[in-house]
Amino acid sequence: MVLPHLRAAYNLARWLLRNDHDAEDVTQEAIVRAFRFFDGFSGDNPRAWLLSVVRNSAYTFLSQNRARELGTEFDEVLHSEPAANGRASETPEVLVLRSAQQRFLNEAVEALPVEFREVFVLREMEGLSYKEIADVARIPIGTVMSRLSRARRQLQAAVVRGEQAGSAS
Amino acid sequence: MNCAETKRLIDAYVDNELDLRGAIEVEEHVARCPGCSAEERALRELQASARANLIRYAPSPEFDARLREAVHAEVKEPAPAVEAPPRVARPRRAWKWAALAPVAAAAALLIVASPRLWPPPSEASVRDAVIAAHVRSLLANHLTDVASSDQHTVKPWFQGKLDYSVSVTDWAAEGYPLVGGRLDYVEDTPAAALVYRRAQHVVNLFVWPSKRAGDEPLQHVSRRGYGAYSWTKDGMHYWAVSDLNDTELQKFVELVRGRRE
Repeated sequence: MVLPHLRAAYNLARWLLRNDHDAEDVTQEAIVRAFRFFDGFSGDNPRAWLLSVVRNSAYTFLSQNRARELGTEFDEVLHSEPAANGRASETPEVLVLRSAQQRFLNEAVEALPVEFREVFVLREMEGLSYKEIADVARIPIGTVMSRLSRARRQLQAAVVRGEQAGSAS
Repeated sequence: MNCAETKRLIDAYVDNELDLRGAIEVEEHVARCPGCSAEERALRELQASARANLIRYAPSPEFDARLREAVHAEVKEPAPAVEAPPRVARPRRAWKWAALAPVAAAAALLIVASPRLWPPPSEASVRDAVIAAHVRSLLANHLTDVASSDQHTVKPWFQGKLDYSVSVTDWAAEGYPLVGGRLDYVEDTPAAALVYRRAQHVVNLFVWPSKRAGDEPLQHVSRRGYGAYSWTKDGMHYWAVSDLNDTELQKFVELVRGRRE
């Protein structure tokens, strides 16, 4: 029931936590918990359900280890710069990125506050509906809409900035 | 439809989340407004770019293997306290088993943690069990077995399921409306869970008979971002758990305790 969605679970954890090690710990904890408490679960949307378990485990982890990253108001200055020292650029995946556009976009998504990042990732990578995102993130649908919209405006601006910087140098 | 309204709805429009009428209205406006049309194009470009370019992180083969092993261990070792549920998925029944899972999980943890003796539940383990029960009620979309804001519906529901009586009060006027009730387990004890809401937050009030004589004063603990207050009065043990801020949870606790003075 749950294993087919392992990749989606890991991908979400990785995007929320931004490093492999923590993402592995959180994914494993979430999946074991899913099995232990719910016998593998058998509802009508196991994938969205598993993503919500992962999401909650990730938030618990953040609140215990990196509370600073939670509850950030959207601060245009703080979050308008791409990830400073390119955490992501060291990973092998990034080395094979084909274009600057790819890099700008990935860095810009990483730089979003986690509450906005999760909504964007759930929508664009997992293709969840607003209702499903609302359930996973436990926020009203109106908040899904406004966070998604702000995340996109922020990303558009960041990609433009990245392209300008690229052409200037 | 004007530009301001269109801007508000355009994300939902490109995500196909608008109803037919809304979608047609946005479409008509976009067709004759160059600004909003550019906005729509930019959004669709971002969407296409995100889908094509965002890194889809894959678990490493080692991690994948480790995880499958962990899951395998879970499946192979059904906890001893309950009869193993059938492996075949039966959607309706699944939640009934889920209600028993805490017992199994607590038993499994105890076995792992102390192979020699079976310790009586400590304060800390009760606290963890209560918080776990709270989290589970949110995770599983299994907040209530009986959904009602009417205390005269919720109270009788518990009769016949518990061998003690639980008083139920709706605190809607004070800002804590009753949502319903649920049968839960704390350690191996069946407990009544009364569910209240405060804005977006849920408060679970667990009630079960105390094994010890005498009242116990109010205690507060917080853990994993959840706050909990516990006390014992007139032979009943109370735990109020929520992710509410402390002031509001405290106010709720005062309401509940006040009722019994």
